[in-house]
Amino acid sequence: MKLNVYPQFEHTDPSTQQRKDFVTDQDVRWCPGCGDYSVLAQVQRVMPSLGIPREKYVFVSGIGCSSRFPYYMETYGVHSIHGRAPAVATGIKATRPDLQVWVITGDGDALSIGGNHFIHVLRRNVDLKLLLFNNQIYGLTKGQYSPTSPVGKKAKSTPLGSIDYPLDPVSVALGANATFVARSLDVAANHLQGVLKRAAEHKGTAFVEIYQNCNIFNDGAFDLLTDKETKSTHVLELQHGKPMRFGKDLERGIALGPGMRPRVVECATVTEDELLVHDETSEVCALLLSRLQAPEFPTPIGVFRAVTRPSYDTLMEEQLEQARSFKTQSVQQLLDEGQWTVG
Amino acid sequence: MQKAVETVQTVAIRFAGDSGDGMQVTGTQFSDTTALAGNDLATFPDFPAEIRAPAGSLAGVSGFQIKFSSEEVFTPGDAPDVLVAMNPAALLANLHDLKAGGMLILNSEAFNAKNIERAGYATSPLADGSLSGFKVYSADITGMTLRAVEELKLNQRFAVRCKNFFALGMVYWLYNRDTAHTVKWIEEKFRDPQLREANLRALKAGYAFGETTELFDHSYEIKQAKIKPGRYRNISGNEAISLGFLAASELSGLNLFLGSYPITPASDILHNLARYKHLGVRTFQAEDEIAAICSAIGAAYAGSLALTTTSGPGLALKSEGMGLALMLELPLVIVDVQRAGPSTGMPTKTEQSDLLQVMYGRNGEAPIPVIAASTPGDCFYAAIEACRVAVMHMTPVVLLSNGYIANGAEPWPIPDMSKLPRIPVSFRTEREGYQPYSRDERLARPWALPGTPGLEHRIGGIEKQHLTGNISYDPANHEFMSKLRHERVQKIADELPPLEVHGDPSGELLVLGWGDTFGAIRAGVETARQQGHSVGHLHLRWLNPFPNDLGDILKRYKRVLVPELNLGQLVKMIRARYLVDARSFPKIQGQPFKESEIVLAIKQQLEAN
Repeated sequence: MKLNVYPQFEHTDPSTQQRKDFVTDQDVRWCPGCGDYSVLAQVQRVMPSLGIPREKYVFVSGIGCSSRFPYYMETYGVHSIHGRAPAVATGIKATRPDLQVWVITGDGDALSIGGNHFIHVLRRNVDLKLLLFNNQIYGLTKGQYSPTSPVGKKAKSTPLGSIDYPLDPVSVALGANATFVARSLDVAANHLQGVLKRAAEHKGTAFVEIYQNCNIFNDGAFDLLTDKETKSTHVLELQHGKPMRFGKDLERGIALGPGMRPRVVECATVTEDELLVHDETSEVCALLLSRLQAPEFPTPIGVFRAVTRPSYDTLMEEQLEQARSFKTQSVQQLLDEGQWTVG
Repeated sequence: MQKAVETVQTVAIRFAGDSGDGMQVTGTQFSDTTALAGNDLATFPDFPAEIRAPAGSLAGVSGFQIKFSSEEVFTPGDAPDVLVAMNPAALLANLHDLKAGGMLILNSEAFNAKNIERAGYATSPLADGSLSGFKVYSADITGMTLRAVEELKLNQRFAVRCKNFFALGMVYWLYNRDTAHTVKWIEEKFRDPQLREANLRALKAGYAFGETTELFDHSYEIKQAKIKPGRYRNISGNEAISLGFLAASELSGLNLFLGSYPITPASDILHNLARYKHLGVRTFQAEDEIAAICSAIGAAYAGSLALTTTSGPGLALKSEGMGLALMLELPLVIVDVQRAGPSTGMPTKTEQSDLLQVMYGRNGEAPIPVIAASTPGDCFYAAIEACRVAVMHMTPVVLLSNGYIANGAEPWPIPDMSKLPRIPVSFRTEREGYQPYSRDERLARPWALPGTPGLEHRIGGIEKQHLTGNISYDPANHEFMSKLRHERVQKIADELPPLEVHGDPSGELLVLGWGDTFGAIRAGVETARQQGHSVGHLHLRWLNPFPNDLGDILKRYKRVLVPELNLGQLVKMIRARYLVDARSFPKIQGQPFKESEIVLAIKQQLEAN
């Protein structure tokens, strides 16, 4: 019989937790003005509201600016190697479903070196929260273009401009059959908090792309989406069950044209039911939204897709339970299989 | 009339046919039955990487050799006494190994013009006199099999496939083996009643043919070996390693997790452990080798007894993950079932050429303990020991096996779980004074599981400050930590039992080996000693750290010979560490050592000067 070596605990009462309980004593070492500060603040604000004891959180990261994140969270944390955080996190969650596991990654970490793990964690639907800080540049290696940089990006390794077409993280996630896919902006504090909360409550891999400004190597990449003057005409805020409208006075909308092509319309020129209505449970809707690219279209933010599918860790637990109920066998019995006796 | 029975001491048989002919099944069945008959034995399955190479081609030849005896057996035998060849290609690929005057059992039906040409023969070897140096027994195995199953009206393709059991039946008669074990196996294995009946009929027909044919005028008997009383079973290295991990899980109380990506010849460990979900084993078939080790690191961090299994090319991909496990100081066992390299190399062929890779194949100063199993059955104990060291010293450990012992099988005394020592585990729960990188007497850091209130901490691959584990770029701290990580591995040697030399404890020559060469070296050293030479055999289990008494033992001999299935890897480490003039005896053909090769190398060493 196996010993029980695992300790049992009386857990912290989550209702007593405050933002400061999630702040470490380590100096934050991102560049002053980096968008990461805002994301860290929003995560720390959301944590106490989730009803989970602090000791049950594990933050796992890879390599890159954003991957320093776990050091600043007063929770359990693993700063792993480049691109591999989803794999490390899968090992944690698959063996310890009681833990709340968050993965912090960037555009290079998740989509270049870790592209394989990224798609596989999403298709498996491991119960993780996966935050991708997308600044469309390599920051920690000091300014090379990334797999999300636009074509023509002039950077240290592309003095004449990049010639490779970028990946759209939301499209990739939907292609991998992710069950929760959302996008937000580093400085949109309230919006980001709302998305993070939704992600935390999702059972399965919750993928959140966060547009994040790198003020050193790619400053202003998302200015149109964050600037007070321009954001309303460049951002399409998604709301489940609501028509897709944007603009200062929500005067514009998205409709479908011939060939199922989306088009921007003036709301005054169409009837209300010609506008597309956002449905988080519709795969086609999510895929279509993920292909709305600037400058022709506004950039959608919010929850693209939220559906339920059993998570990998749950299925694994169920298989173990089922196997146990079918068969009892000791290691000694296994060793004894096919035995014979001499003498 | 009853045929005569001749008693012989030792026989080696090789079964050879197309990779779809069922030669591995035939060999395994013969091995199991032979073990039940009380002989000692060793086996060597040797098959191509192609699942179904074109029928009748040389590329598709699959073989299985078994040596069995009334005496102790260390190797599957150098040259077989008997070759069963199911077609011309199998004959051509294996005949050069058969002993002069050896017995050749051929399936005459397969020696048609097409197959003869496909194998590359200019003329039929059955007719051109090229087999005159052997005792040839040519029988229409296919035809007789078809007649035996005729009544069942099977599809021709399925009927022909039963011929391996006909051949097995013949050989069972020839060596006076009981068919009962194989009958039972067929009854359990084949769900389709027609196929079950067909294979049973083929087996019986083969046996009856042996009895009645004028081809064989007598049969052979091998008396039971003088085996220590006890309970035995047959075991292959991959089975033993899997069971060893299950045992380690029970002995430690830790949940077992395996993160793995399929690769020859290690995949069977994943297949085996995936069948033990009822014992709480979690297996994760990852998207690649890197995810496999990283998931295991995550599982170790979260409190499992974590494993990853692979072979050479996969190990190369895991290098960075191994470095991370070393920096995180988490228990993790990395199994490398070595195969012939480099690159893809020869996936189904054996080699010992990853030693330097596991020793030095990482960035930075990255010492990881390395243990090597020496026989199929030893894989069980090596797996437990790897887990014990990993957990007690909080370190990744590499466990080396290879294709030869992973797939080879031997009769094995079954261990009694209640007599194996427990693996002590303690998780840190005390908040007072907790520091993630504080040290115990083994220089191990505390294992503090996520979920433990008050012990929230961060770890990572960045260099860390002694004790606190905080990020540190301090030059003196880095040197201190680098030396400490080295010392942590050396500490393991303090708990190792004294080395045991077999044969002469000092004298002319020490043969120093590691891993799967154990059987060939032991047999070779025994033979040399019987011929009056002063030779000792020392077989290393731990390759990192080297045992503390190794240096003294090396100095007790005038010469040291290191046979390895590589171009001389351990010998480099020995020369560098102990400054002794150890000589390499390399072999790199994808095949294990033969006993005769070891004997010859010993004599050449002794005659040198």
